[in-house]
Amino acid sequence: MKLVNRKRRTARRYFLDRLVRYSVYFLCGVAILPLFFIFGFIFSKGITILDWEFLTSLPKSIGESGGGVVNAITGSLYLVGIAASVAIPLGVAAGTYLSEYRGSKLANILGQAVDVLNGVPSIVIGLVVYELVVLPMGGFSAISGGIALGMIMIPVITRSTEETLKMLPKSLKEASLALGASYATTVLRVVLPAGLTGIITGILVSLARVAGETAPLLFTAFGNPFVNLDPLKPVSSLPALIFNYAVSPYEDWHRLAWGSACVLLLGILALNLFSRWLSRRYRWY
Amino acid sequence: MLATMEYKETEQATATSVKVHVEGLRFFYGASEALHGITLDIPEKQVTALIGPSGCGKSTFLRTLNRMNDLIENTRVEGLVEVLGDNIYAPGYDLAELRRRVGMVFQRSNPFPKTIFENIAYGPRIHGVRDRATLEEIVEKSLRNAALWDEVKDRMNQSALGLSGGQQQRLCIARALAVDPEVILMDEPASALDPRSTAAVEDLILELRNQYTIVIVTHNMQQASRVSDFTAFFYEGDLVELGKTPNLFTCPREKRTEDYITGRFG
Repeated sequence: MKLVNRKRRTARRYFLDRLVRYSVYFLCGVAILPLFFIFGFIFSKGITILDWEFLTSLPKSIGESGGGVVNAITGSLYLVGIAASVAIPLGVAAGTYLSEYRGSKLANILGQAVDVLNGVPSIVIGLVVYELVVLPMGGFSAISGGIALGMIMIPVITRSTEETLKMLPKSLKEASLALGASYATTVLRVVLPAGLTGIITGILVSLARVAGETAPLLFTAFGNPFVNLDPLKPVSSLPALIFNYAVSPYEDWHRLAWGSACVLLLGILALNLFSRWLSRRYRWY
Repeated sequence: MLATMEYKETEQATATSVKVHVEGLRFFYGASEALHGITLDIPEKQVTALIGPSGCGKSTFLRTLNRMNDLIENTRVEGLVEVLGDNIYAPGYDLAELRRRVGMVFQRSNPFPKTIFENIAYGPRIHGVRDRATLEEIVEKSLRNAALWDEVKDRMNQSALGLSGGQQQRLCIARALAVDPEVILMDEPASALDPRSTAAVEDLILELRNQYTIVIVTHNMQQASRVSDFTAFFYEGDLVELGKTPNLFTCPREKRTEDYITGRFG
């Protein structure tokens, strides 16, 4: 009697175990389904459009078929470049401060401020930059778009730098100080190099994030049918081009929008994969 | 006080000069007093071991000698600490120069995440050595002195983190030697090592005592008796007894010392 009971309970345990396990598998599958959906959809629509002409020529005027989005590709790279040169020094400096002065009152306030900035909707950032940069400068420009994207990058880089540096063992700093190194030397020549991989990873992730931002660019960088490298003139970008062309009534423009989405997605995917590889390959601690 | 007087006699007997002179040192973490007026002298080119149970203040004492305790917030020092003839807590004292002349080896080996070469060259570099040939010379000499050269000479450009635990600790010793210190402070340098690596580090200490003044904190009383010339027994923030190592271990004058070294507590 007792033995039978035990057997039955064992069977029940196995059944429950399997039930929970397969439910988890199933839910995981559901959770990543949107990802496959997006990739499948964009690639099936866009990959056939990608060719040399698409990547190197300008959009044709309405009615003509063919053409490419070189203006948007160069524009996106340009904007992200400006954003990076604004955000990397500020973000790394702020992150270093947060890590080095953890627990101090100013660091706590700054940390809160960074979180708030991270939560500001990107369109609001665009609006502020419109008010503070575009209007005083008298027009849409690449520099204003870069600044808007940079403001989105700063909190991401700040936090990732802070987290990376916080993970470094304290003994590393002690070793440098015990050799007679000054505090500044220790931070510049031991702490930051030791955290370099993590800092770069954070930068790449933030680049991937802003590369797809559309809203703040609509009234800062605006758009441009031509390749532009003048920071004071408007410049096109992949997300803005997708937005404009996708809502247009022209079939050719829809085609360019799908192709651009594909380019954008591939670029972001590459950045993400590269940052993951980097952080695995070159992690000291 | 007794301990110091006994020490004065032995000092004359061995005719060595004093490298570190401490008088009435009190140390505070916030309101709690960790050292209650320590007075002791540390002789040149000898190994002085600091022993005592956990929390007795021996590591705190060690870290006052190169002012590493400055890094801990809300601490305070009273009394006189003279290292190489200077009061190191005097205002305007050159901290970088102190730490160059008083090297430190930590409990857990802490090589920089750089190459073996860069680990050793870091110290000389920050003190102004730029010339590549000079740096290479210093690196080789330091590694030879730390008995590590033969093991690493073919992998100078590989990461120091690829070395074994014992090698890493000897690398840290070599790194400390590279800035040409006169005093070396060791904070339980072998406590995280296996017996073989421990033996290697102990042999190294015996080698180095001809050239350097060494102060070593250890939990391991056998280690203290193997490597040191003098032993100081700390208990609850007091220096209980200081003497020549064989004397202290064979006939301690204080009851507490005897209880500790015979394993009655600690």
